[in-house]
Amino acid sequence: MLSLYELFANDYTLRVVALGSAILSIISGALGTYAVLRKQSLLGDAVSHAAFPGICLVFLLTGLKNTESFLFGAFISGWIAAILIRTCVNNTPIKLDSALGIILSSFFGVGLIIITYIQKIPNSNQAGLDKFIFGQASTLLIEDIKIMTLLGAAAVFIVIVFWKEFKLFCFDKEFGNTMGFPIKVLDILLTTTIVIAIIIGLQTVGVILMSVMLVAPATAARQWTDKLWLMMIIASVFGAISGVSGTIISSLAKNIPTGPMIVIIISMITFISIIFAPKNGLLWKNIRRPLKTDSNIRLKGGS
Amino acid sequence: MSIIQIETLSIAILVAITCSLPGTFLVLRQMSMMADAISHTILLGIILGFFIVHDVNHPLLIIGAALIGVVTVFITELLNKIDLIKEDASIGLTFPFLFSIAIVLISYYARNAHIGVHAVLLGEIVFAPFNRLMINGIDFGPKALYIMGTILIINLVYIIVFYKELKIVTFDKGLAAVLGISPVIIHYSFMSIVSITCVGAFDTVGSILVIALIIGPPATAYLLTNNLKVMIGLSALFGSISATVGYAIALWLDSSIAGCIAAVIGFVFIVTFILAPKKGLLSTQLQRHSKKLEFSRLALLIHIINHGDSKEEKEECSLNSIHNHLHWNKSFLERIIDSAKRDNYIFVDKDILKITEKGKSYAVNYHQNILDRISVDN
Repeated sequence: MLSLYELFANDYTLRVVALGSAILSIISGALGTYAVLRKQSLLGDAVSHAAFPGICLVFLLTGLKNTESFLFGAFISGWIAAILIRTCVNNTPIKLDSALGIILSSFFGVGLIIITYIQKIPNSNQAGLDKFIFGQASTLLIEDIKIMTLLGAAAVFIVIVFWKEFKLFCFDKEFGNTMGFPIKVLDILLTTTIVIAIIIGLQTVGVILMSVMLVAPATAARQWTDKLWLMMIIASVFGAISGVSGTIISSLAKNIPTGPMIVIIISMITFISIIFAPKNGLLWKNIRRPLKTDSNIRLKGGS
Repeated sequence: MSIIQIETLSIAILVAITCSLPGTFLVLRQMSMMADAISHTILLGIILGFFIVHDVNHPLLIIGAALIGVVTVFITELLNKIDLIKEDASIGLTFPFLFSIAIVLISYYARNAHIGVHAVLLGEIVFAPFNRLMINGIDFGPKALYIMGTILIINLVYIIVFYKELKIVTFDKGLAAVLGISPVIIHYSFMSIVSITCVGAFDTVGSILVIALIIGPPATAYLLTNNLKVMIGLSALFGSISATVGYAIALWLDSSIAGCIAAVIGFVFIVTFILAPKKGLLSTQLQRHSKKLEFSRLALLIHIINHGDSKEEKEECSLNSIHNHLHWNKSFLERIIDSAKRDNYIFVDKDILKITEKGKSYAVNYHQNILDRISVDN
């Protein structure tokens, strides 16, 4: 344990990266709860891919390479994609899975067009755009973390303020509608907060792995509880654990990228939860099931 | 156009047609994102295959990739069986996990092995024509043409042979079970076809274009037809057209071919999504609007029938107070009243709305029709 302490005390980069990963995982754990409950787990995948052209376009237009402008570009194109997907599903017979797939691939295609164009401009230093595709946690700076915290706090604030509304919206949309809640506005607001949570994670874990940061902590937490608030807290804790431990492992071993390591750990936590969680875990269910049928048979035989 | 360009274009069209066949059924079975999952996880199959044979061009890599595709389907199904995990979550859990393992393995062991994650994921079809099939020193054309041609034939044979089974399992699982068609066998054989298609196409055009080609054209076709055979034909057509147009744009802009084709597919989809005659955004909005007007007019007529010639008529049906009882805002109310007046369903007598004989029979008939329909349904 002492060596772990020394590791943190002596390594500034590690502290920053661990903090960043923890914040990202906490926020995506909390917001992912809604994504999973609304059966929109794969929204993260689509939105993170769709953020790519926005990042490229902002760089092309401004030439700026700071995190604020990248996140702004990512947010705008990710948000447009999310709204397009929503419009598609609500107004045509196209199902969510197809809408996600098309928006994901065509937005990413546009991103590829822009990035090949940028690469051809002489002297344009486009290094750094890549880190959003595959994620490079080691490039996190303390300024990035401040922005991430700010955005994350805003998302969490919205969730707390609209707690009752979002909860109603998730579990009984029709009832909410008859109660006179503006369902459309709530839907867009919740989607927007989920988009914020997604773009926060892009720089650390990258486009492809961001989706699991939404899905895994929430799915793991779901196995342990039936309460919404508790599920959100457990998801955030699981997220934080995997964020920090993933960072440490990747810093201890050479050549292990942080993002994928975090994903492997959170997936492990999820698989363990699925098997061992009390009440809902597979293990307990399988232990209890034979007992139940036994008593049924006995009842039938006795009567 | 040079020979190389013609070859590239024909590869692109071949991939597009090959992908649209299983894509149609994936879209109809609401499993499109499995294509996304498989096209990512096959990276793990390629890596594991590479560890065994240490040769990037070995055919075992392709077999490993196809197997991992089926393993992905299997794990997803396994997670699906758990009550608290929905289908989308099980896909979202499985593929990033397998993909992460692949990336960790690449970065840890295979740094110098020339398996660039970039190249594999974003794969450039530009290079496809340069990988040529040589037998005894004679050039038989690009390998990709033969590989994709074989996969196309496999797909065609599979779909023709199992057309009836696929159709029944896709649209009516219950009927399939009654007829003794095993959904499990059809599911896994079909997903193997998807996996083989993904692997072949992924090797040639990269995973983003695979996803675009498998999902985009069938979803576009779905907006235009309800006939399965027409849908398969249309998606093959849309796929080939998008590939051709995308390739032309890429040549013109000197840009990423995969990117351009994917963008064109998205564009074609969005245009169809807005303009499609029956299922499009515009026509559904128009339909909803006219349904709303029709229903509101009926509600107004029934309100007048209920309260006409009674004590409370003056309050309930007066032009000045009726909006309080129908809970409509005034401008909407005026529109409905104007429209009902135009058809001679109502008239105004001393600021009080009265219904005409024509209006009465219209409302009663409409009502009766609904009742009849309900009793038929039951």
